[in-house]
Amino acid sequence: MDKVNRLEGPAGPRPKKAFSGRNIMLYGTLIMVSLYYLLPLYVMVVTSLKGMPEIRLGNIFSPPMEVTFKPWVKAWSEACTGLNCEGLSRGFWNSVRITVPSVIISIAIASVNGYALANWRFKGADIFFTILIFGAFIPYQVMLYPIVILLREIGLYGGLPGLVIVHSIFGMPILTLLFRNYFSSLPEELFKAARVDGARFWGIYFRIMLPMSLPIFVVAMILQVTGIWNDFLFGVVYTRPEYYPMTVQLNNIVNSVQGVKEYNVNMAATILTGLVPLVIYFVSGKLFVRGIAAGAVKG
Amino acid sequence: MKAMLSALAVSTAIFAASPASAADLEVMHWWTSGGEAAAVGELAKAFDGTEHSWVDGAIAGGGGTARPIMVSRLIGGDPMGAFQFNHGRQAEELIEAGLLRDMTAIAEAEGWLDVVYPQSLLDSCTVDGKIYCAPVNIHSWQWLWLSNKAFESVGAAVPANWDEFVAAAPALRKAGLQPLAVGQQSWQTSGAFNVLMVALAGPDVLVKVYGDKDVDLAAGPELASVFAAAADAREMSQGSNVQDWNQATNLVITDKAGGQIMGDWAQGEFQVAGKVAGSDYTCLPGLGVNELIDTAGDAFYFPIVDDAEITAAQDVLAATLLSKETQVAFNLAKGSLPVRGDVDLSAANDCMKKGLEILAAGNTLPAVTQLNTEDTNNQLNDLFVEFFNDTGITPEAAQARFVDIIKSGE
Amino acid sequence: MQNARPNQLFRNMTAKIAAIPMILTALCVFVGGTVWTIVYSFTSSKLLPRAKFVGFDQYERLWSTSRWTVSLENLFIYGLCSLVLSLIIGFLLASLLDQKIRFENTFRSILLYPFALSFIVTGLVWQWILNPEFGVQSVVRGAGWIGFSFNPLYDSELVIYGVLIAGLWQGSGLIMVLMLAGMRGIDQDIWKASRVDGIPMWKTYILIIIPMMRPVFITTLVIIASGIVKVYDLVVAQTGGGPGISSEVPAKYVYDYMFQGQNLGQGFAASTMMLLAVLIVVIPWAYLEFGSKNRG
Repeated sequence: MDKVNRLEGPAGPRPKKAFSGRNIMLYGTLIMVSLYYLLPLYVMVVTSLKGMPEIRLGNIFSPPMEVTFKPWVKAWSEACTGLNCEGLSRGFWNSVRITVPSVIISIAIASVNGYALANWRFKGADIFFTILIFGAFIPYQVMLYPIVILLREIGLYGGLPGLVIVHSIFGMPILTLLFRNYFSSLPEELFKAARVDGARFWGIYFRIMLPMSLPIFVVAMILQVTGIWNDFLFGVVYTRPEYYPMTVQLNNIVNSVQGVKEYNVNMAATILTGLVPLVIYFVSGKLFVRGIAAGAVKG
Repeated sequence: MKAMLSALAVSTAIFAASPASAADLEVMHWWTSGGEAAAVGELAKAFDGTEHSWVDGAIAGGGGTARPIMVSRLIGGDPMGAFQFNHGRQAEELIEAGLLRDMTAIAEAEGWLDVVYPQSLLDSCTVDGKIYCAPVNIHSWQWLWLSNKAFESVGAAVPANWDEFVAAAPALRKAGLQPLAVGQQSWQTSGAFNVLMVALAGPDVLVKVYGDKDVDLAAGPELASVFAAAADAREMSQGSNVQDWNQATNLVITDKAGGQIMGDWAQGEFQVAGKVAGSDYTCLPGLGVNELIDTAGDAFYFPIVDDAEITAAQDVLAATLLSKETQVAFNLAKGSLPVRGDVDLSAANDCMKKGLEILAAGNTLPAVTQLNTEDTNNQLNDLFVEFFNDTGITPEAAQARFVDIIKSGE
Repeated sequence: MQNARPNQLFRNMTAKIAAIPMILTALCVFVGGTVWTIVYSFTSSKLLPRAKFVGFDQYERLWSTSRWTVSLENLFIYGLCSLVLSLIIGFLLASLLDQKIRFENTFRSILLYPFALSFIVTGLVWQWILNPEFGVQSVVRGAGWIGFSFNPLYDSELVIYGVLIAGLWQGSGLIMVLMLAGMRGIDQDIWKASRVDGIPMWKTYILIIIPMMRPVFITTLVIIASGIVKVYDLVVAQTGGGPGISSEVPAKYVYDYMFQGQNLGQGFAASTMMLLAVLIVVIPWAYLEFGSKNRG
């Protein structure tokens, strides 16, 4: 825990000494909070490694007496959905096929929206923006049938492109808000300087705004990857079975009850499904460095 | 040969559209629990035995989850080959919208009018004289499932009717057992109430209250006594602390609870758990008071599809679903009763045999789902889940709200 | 911005073209869908949307239903607590992580991971942890404190707070990350200047950083609030609305009547009421945001 203050890059207030009371408080608090956040994960992992008889004994916090990986194997490759007994593995690649384009397209559209709204405000923009914010509050189940009809009319019902559109539509309100507010909190001088240099709409977007906005892109990615990867309803309503994402299997595993609920398999399936977003959180965290803004002004 | 054909069908499924006459038929349903999945397996096996093959589209979570998905596929213009639906009043809308196929020709060719028993099953598939669905089974609600061991362990005889069960409840409670297992899902509580109504007030009362929306009867003394019995049941159900119906059934299977009021689908759970009717558990149709069963059930519908091969496969599926062999295999696995009176169910266990006898004797009544709209049923669900969980609501107050719901029903 | 000048029309054309997807979505989907929902809330639609108009019948019934009133009360309690606590917890955690600490990536991932998990199982795990027979209560009692009582899920007065605990656990990580992204967008010279002036850190946060982060706070507020209005899965998984109807929420009412009860009209009426409430909040906000000054 020493030499905390020797890291690269500009920072918030600088801690004075490595072992100061302040640092002990800081790390103490963080560790306590982390333990609290980890407790349910602990329960899940421990449960997923137990056999059903042990789970019925009912001590959710005790470590497994006999570790078994069967629930994990079952969740991944054996759990049944009706007659298909291929577990989560069945829809994994479909989920990837859905998530990758949906995340990229929805973030691309929303960041351009936010940029246009923050820096190139045109007449009526505020109205559309207000409608979008309102859209964030519409429960999407209510929109289920109108969108089915909409997609049918433009001939995209049942396929991947239709689903990508749906994800882009429902991600748009929050993401646009996110980018708009972030871009408008950036120092205005940057934008003005670029305009004076003769840069246009796209030039400023790609050369000034994008490099300065990595943290907010990470947040947008976190939101979208999680939302789209975990989506069940849109995946089944707007596509055919050959595109069904792995959450269809997850829903079947955790929602279909085979006499006794197999809690260990449920837990394993949930952790397995959550792994992809988790990896992305961790990897993309590197982009969360600060000081880009300051660097851009001076560099 | 058949095996080869179905192998061929599978390979066409993998290598996509090849112009063989065999078609892959996507069948959507919400049968995912143990006994249910086994039963669907029988249907698929029978259908795969033809030149076509069954593509399973199971969506877990029951009708509430699966229905919007099915309806979306239909109105989105990309329908599946066939789907399970509660027949009766809701499907009428899909038929009126021109989304479903008229199956009358198959029904006539297969002689459904002669073999389907009771005929009321076909009536609920029929709109304007045309048959739109293939009924596959009969499910009835009016059963009380009892754990023999639970009663033996407290030195009581296994009850033969509702009153004896109520009388034995304090002994079970004292021994730390749950007298009556009821899950938190709201339809379980309203279902139990409706069973009490049939058993204690008689089937005519239920038909008049729900079918004719007889408000005076709903406010009258017959119903008041049913509400009093429901209050007993509420008392006996306190402390169940489970959510799903089969978790509640599991309390009976593991002898932790005395009994459960649940439809005959609970039978499948006992079967999966390897329990024997008569020695491990006892079933009392009509709560042992009024031996009657209703004739609710499941049916398959067939959307209009723009593909002759699929249409041909739909015909084959409809015929297969009602064939003698399929009916026996499917219903044995599902724990439900066959829709034909001419099949041999000697393999059936004690409880199913009881059901068959009642059915043969004609002691049936229409299902609540055929009398009420789902909307009314949903309101009843809300009322009874509140009633069963809040001992502060008196039977009289609950009856007053019940009358309001009946009044607004259609 | 200097957007009022007419000679910028051409350059603003690019912005307008770039905003076409947004305009289409706003008009066709959100406005169109809302109007469609409102229109059909005056019909007796059941399984399929059908234009059989029945006036205000669906609304009369909605407001005479005890489940709807209970749902609204719950939403109010849950919403208020969730809003305040999410903001406080999110901001505190973000400012802790912003102290240029070691293992920031690890800590951030730990606080954020609940967001990646499906609500169905989150609800289940918290159902266990809060279960009186094998959760926290039994552990504390086992440790010697016999009189300890903590049973929020099977107490109809407390159940909504039990849901709140799980909801905060799942969602506060995202709020923290948002706040952190906002803090990282702030010019580092601010910190240097405040340090030179000898302003204490907490004062810098409250007087300088928070006002500068106003746009991020607005984003966060909308995200939390829209999550609150739509809260559904968590309740279904954790309590199923029980015991009885004491943890029901409006969104659950909408879905239950649309798809379970097959009364689309009733579901649409309930969601129209929800949207009306949202409008009452959003319109004054838009007024404040766009009416007074150019940039927030």
